[in-house]
Amino acid sequence: MKPGAFDYIRIDSAEEACELLAQYGDDARILAGGQSLMTVLNMRLAQPGLLLDVSRTAPLDYVRLQDDKLAVGAAATQASVEWRAGLAGEVPLLKLAFPHISHFQVRNRGTVCGSIAHADPSAELPLCLAALEGEVVLRSKKGRRVLKAGQFFQGMLLTARRPDELVEEVRYPLAATGTGYAFEEFSTRHGDFAIVACAAVVSRDGIRLAVGGVADRPRVARWPHLEDSALDAALNDFAWDLEAQDDPHASAKYRRHLVRRLGRRVIQQASAATSGEK
Amino acid sequence: MRRDGQAVEAGRQTSFVGRPLERVEDAALLTGRGRYADDLGVKPGTLHAAVLRSPHAHAILKAIDSSRAQTSRGVRAVLTGEDVRRWSQPFVVGVKQPMEHWSLAVDRVRYVGEPVAVVVAENRYAAEDALDLIRVDYEPLAAVVSVEQAIREDAPLLHPAVGSNVVSDRSFRYGDPETAFDRAPHRVRLTVHYPRNSCTPIEGGVVIAEYLPGEEGYEVTSNFMGPFSLHAVMALALRVPAARLRHKSPRDSGGSFGVKQSVFPYVVLMCLASRKAGAPVKWVEDRLEHLTAATSATGRLATIEAAVESDGRIVALAYDQFDDVGGYLRAPEPATFYRMHGCLTGAYAIPNLTVRNRVVLTNKTPAGLVRGFGGPQVYFALERLMQRIAVELKLDPLEIYRRNLVPPEAFPYRAAAGALLDSGNYPAALKLAEHEGGLAELKRRRDEARAQGRLYGIGFAAIVEPSISNMGYITTALTPAQRAKAGPKNGAIASATVSIDLLGSVSVVVASAPAGQGHMTVCAQVAADVLGLKPEDITVNVELDTQKDAWSVAAGNYSSRFAGAVAGTVHLAATKLRDKLARIAAHQLGVAPQDIAFAGGEVFPRSAPERAIPFARAASSAHWAPALLPQGESLGLRETVFWTPESLAAPDEQDHINTSAAYGFAFDICAVEVDRDTGRVRIDRYVTTHDAGKILNPALADGQIRGAFAQGVGAALMEEFRYAADGGFQSGTFADYLVPTACEVPEPLILHMETPSPFTPLGAKGLGEGNNMSTPVCIANAVADALSPIGDVSDIRLPLTPAKVMGLIGIDDPAPSRSRERATEPAMGDGGGRALTANGAIEIAAPPEAVFKVLLDPQALVQVIPGCHALQAVSENRYRAEVTVGVGLVKARYEAEIALSELDPPRSLRLAGSGLSALGAARGSGRVTLEAIPTGTRLSYDYRAEVSGKVAAVGSRMLEGAAKIVLAQLFERLGRHAGGAPAKRESWWKRLLRLLGWGK
Repeated sequence: MKPGAFDYIRIDSAEEACELLAQYGDDARILAGGQSLMTVLNMRLAQPGLLLDVSRTAPLDYVRLQDDKLAVGAAATQASVEWRAGLAGEVPLLKLAFPHISHFQVRNRGTVCGSIAHADPSAELPLCLAALEGEVVLRSKKGRRVLKAGQFFQGMLLTARRPDELVEEVRYPLAATGTGYAFEEFSTRHGDFAIVACAAVVSRDGIRLAVGGVADRPRVARWPHLEDSALDAALNDFAWDLEAQDDPHASAKYRRHLVRRLGRRVIQQASAATSGEK
Repeated sequence: MRRDGQAVEAGRQTSFVGRPLERVEDAALLTGRGRYADDLGVKPGTLHAAVLRSPHAHAILKAIDSSRAQTSRGVRAVLTGEDVRRWSQPFVVGVKQPMEHWSLAVDRVRYVGEPVAVVVAENRYAAEDALDLIRVDYEPLAAVVSVEQAIREDAPLLHPAVGSNVVSDRSFRYGDPETAFDRAPHRVRLTVHYPRNSCTPIEGGVVIAEYLPGEEGYEVTSNFMGPFSLHAVMALALRVPAARLRHKSPRDSGGSFGVKQSVFPYVVLMCLASRKAGAPVKWVEDRLEHLTAATSATGRLATIEAAVESDGRIVALAYDQFDDVGGYLRAPEPATFYRMHGCLTGAYAIPNLTVRNRVVLTNKTPAGLVRGFGGPQVYFALERLMQRIAVELKLDPLEIYRRNLVPPEAFPYRAAAGALLDSGNYPAALKLAEHEGGLAELKRRRDEARAQGRLYGIGFAAIVEPSISNMGYITTALTPAQRAKAGPKNGAIASATVSIDLLGSVSVVVASAPAGQGHMTVCAQVAADVLGLKPEDITVNVELDTQKDAWSVAAGNYSSRFAGAVAGTVHLAATKLRDKLARIAAHQLGVAPQDIAFAGGEVFPRSAPERAIPFARAASSAHWAPALLPQGESLGLRETVFWTPESLAAPDEQDHINTSAAYGFAFDICAVEVDRDTGRVRIDRYVTTHDAGKILNPALADGQIRGAFAQGVGAALMEEFRYAADGGFQSGTFADYLVPTACEVPEPLILHMETPSPFTPLGAKGLGEGNNMSTPVCIANAVADALSPIGDVSDIRLPLTPAKVMGLIGIDDPAPSRSRERATEPAMGDGGGRALTANGAIEIAAPPEAVFKVLLDPQALVQVIPGCHALQAVSENRYRAEVTVGVGLVKARYEAEIALSELDPPRSLRLAGSGLSALGAARGSGRVTLEAIPTGTRLSYDYRAEVSGKVAAVGSRMLEGAAKIVLAQLFERLGRHAGGAPAKRESWWKRLLRLLGWGK
């Protein structure tokens, strides 16, 4: 379990990263926290020729409020967001989700942007971004483009990032008044990849339910306020629409079951949180 | 005066055995001074090995081309089957069958991960680079992945010369089981499966091997743990006298749990690699190699039946067992069956027994020692059966236990198949567990939970825990006639050396190859007590050097033999040395040797304690002044004792075998709650009661119990080596082979009793494996009890993952409100493994004829197949291509063959591909159907794929998704090529919004 040979450049600025990405394209990979990439390299599942290390790129190491969003730079670790004093008020959903992301050792190294760029269908940070309809800032030599989460995630480990682009920043919308948030995850052990993870956002306008671990990417359902059997029916249809697959850990049928149970639970919790704020 | 002397002796000496002393090992380990095999310095010029492994579960090895690898940078040698044939011979196995197992595959591969070649290079990186350059020509064969499949008449044969996949089939009969079954009012029968799993040490295997030119042989350092009977197997394979295979074990180990037994084939392999390279070679097993190919507990399929009286008394037992040992019968298999053979009646006085044992080969990793060895499998059948008897006869389980346990006055008790249960008081242990464990409270909780509709259950397990294996038990696999021909085998020889140096300090050397259990600590406690010293006065060396140390056939770290055998032998050796010192001191002091006492670091006559001399002075004089020795006394202060339990005889004519020297007892109670919503099992309380005779160090004992319990919880709830239908291995990382962490292991309540063994020097028995045997089945019984309000659930299979338990509870899976194409149920392979399937449809804005044409045109095909670099026609509609398949950042370059067949233009055809890459093998075949529609063509595809090797081992969670992506890419490109962009599909959520009337 040793990686193939690669070149390594420690990046000082986003400009430098974009310059090199323009030059090397797909043969280059951004190394941030390395919590997914290093295993993939060690197992030689990928053999990029060049690693661009942004983990110590100071200009990209930021977590800041920007308009009505929490903006997280490419070098910011998950822990730096998780332990932000005001996070529970700023982005309550993230506060709820962080404890489920592997173990703290991984969060100390892993970055938010790295998780988004990797787009594991079971990962929590992409799920929260989808649930909150957040944004991804992609930067290349040619400039920046800002994509909604729904546009960015394209499939299992697939995103709209072009080979010359850096995921420069991820923006999580701040909590809105009168809106409730809830997060639940089911995995075999604490810290495992989710078998099913659900995030709910309930506001005056209706319900958003995002589900991870089932489809090839986090999927979001948007409903008006539904209750009882109408909610059951909507959840059931959504569970089927996710086209769950079997894997050695869980059957498709079991995943649908969890979507229905966890989905209902998070919607109820988020609804309760709404009324609590009134 | 004499009484005074004894008082002085007692006052001066405190006994250290039996006290929870801190481990002397820890200071070094906790400050980074551990001496693990990978940390040891190696000779300058030592090269590094990487092993090329089979991606196929079963294939003929047609050719290996290593020419490119040999010229790769840093590479010094490539070892293949040809070299292995020249310099070695197949491993000796325990049954007589025409099958060969070499350290490297020579003509056929029989499991995913089987070594096929070894690259030796200047560093591991260069060695792994070169692995990718070796071209192996495999002819894949049908794989056998379950016992049920393997025993079929028409099953593919792993070793055709044997003529069957059943390589050993022995039946045994003890007492008069037929009459007992005929007469008994009840028969309770159960079929159980025990999964393949393991205990997973943090440290993988490490081998540093050097070929010494000429007749010198081989010198090896490895973390092989024994049994050192396998040293003979290694030496025979290398075709050298045993003395010329020098094997050394380092002091520290990153865990073994039996598993490091499986290092031995790599000792041979690396010796040969060193011979080929002409330099020392080091190999360190990585996690993927370890999980894929090191070893596994045998999977077992067993049908067990009891003849039961109406009061719950069992009068006869019948076992019909199959062991899934994997692709080869690797020594010491089929020991999983025979380690437990003598005590198959467990803790019960059951006089009549029949057993049929069939050893079955499958295309999986060879099985071997895993902590608990044989016990988890036996007790899963026997103790599940106890639960079933309670259910079927509507009796209190504890009542059934009490009626069947061997009574305390019966010890030593000869069990039906020959085990001589040495000592115990099983009913007392039961009572202890019941009262101290709070069974009444747990029953109250169960009543309360059930009243609220919750699923709460209580399970029990009673086991005898064998320790100190009889090296002759394995010959029970042979018929009495075969045994007579081969000569008897028996015993369990342990050895220990105690010596005193020039300044009077004491050293102990043992051949126990510890793996973190604290052998140094206990050896020091034992020797200190004998010599009247403190444990810190004793230096213990646990490194083992087969050329210099005292060792014998049973040396090593297995069968819980340390406390009973090794520590006992240390006691004997220390006593022998003490007696010699007493004779010397008595001579000098002018008293009788029996008058000499050793206490408080001094040697003195009991009759005159004031004449005490310091131990060091008394002891060292034999070195400095041999003239002072009493007449006839031998020189030197070094005593080596070899000890074997007298009770261990070879199997007799009727196949009675006392399989172990000592038998501890454990009785467990487990209470669980099962979440009705998710199927998750939560352990509410776990009580484990042990009687392991004399406890030498209670802290270490409890550590052993906690560790075994954690592994038992893992086996019960999460651990399993999973295989796909084609034999592809799917548990190659700790994300897929789940072991419990601190978050998942509750603290058990540990209770002790001490009924000393009459057969071991200190009265101690093993206790390190008990919970590996009792905990999986105890939890299973608790879950069965918890689910009883739902219905009579008898077929409980491990691991009890939430998904599996939810399946037992039953999942209400209502159909969606609108008609949709219901996903086809996944095809199940025969072995329960899943075939990878993908199907879909796409609309293409071109007529079927045009689409069909693209498929037949190689120029077009090269553009349609994603990642296709080059496509060469080999014959009509058959191509060879290089294809890079990628999902996200994961990419693999396959050398593929693509074939079109079953052509029915322009309606349908079959498109098949197979390929090999550094990440493994892939095969896929599917039918493509074209249907004319008003907008062009509707192309539908239905695929079945098999992916094995590395990518399947580490990425099973994503394989199905990946297959779908690749196929979707393929057909979208086809559509684009044939007639522009495919007709767009309405996005799923727009459809959903529209259906819910919420869309724009």
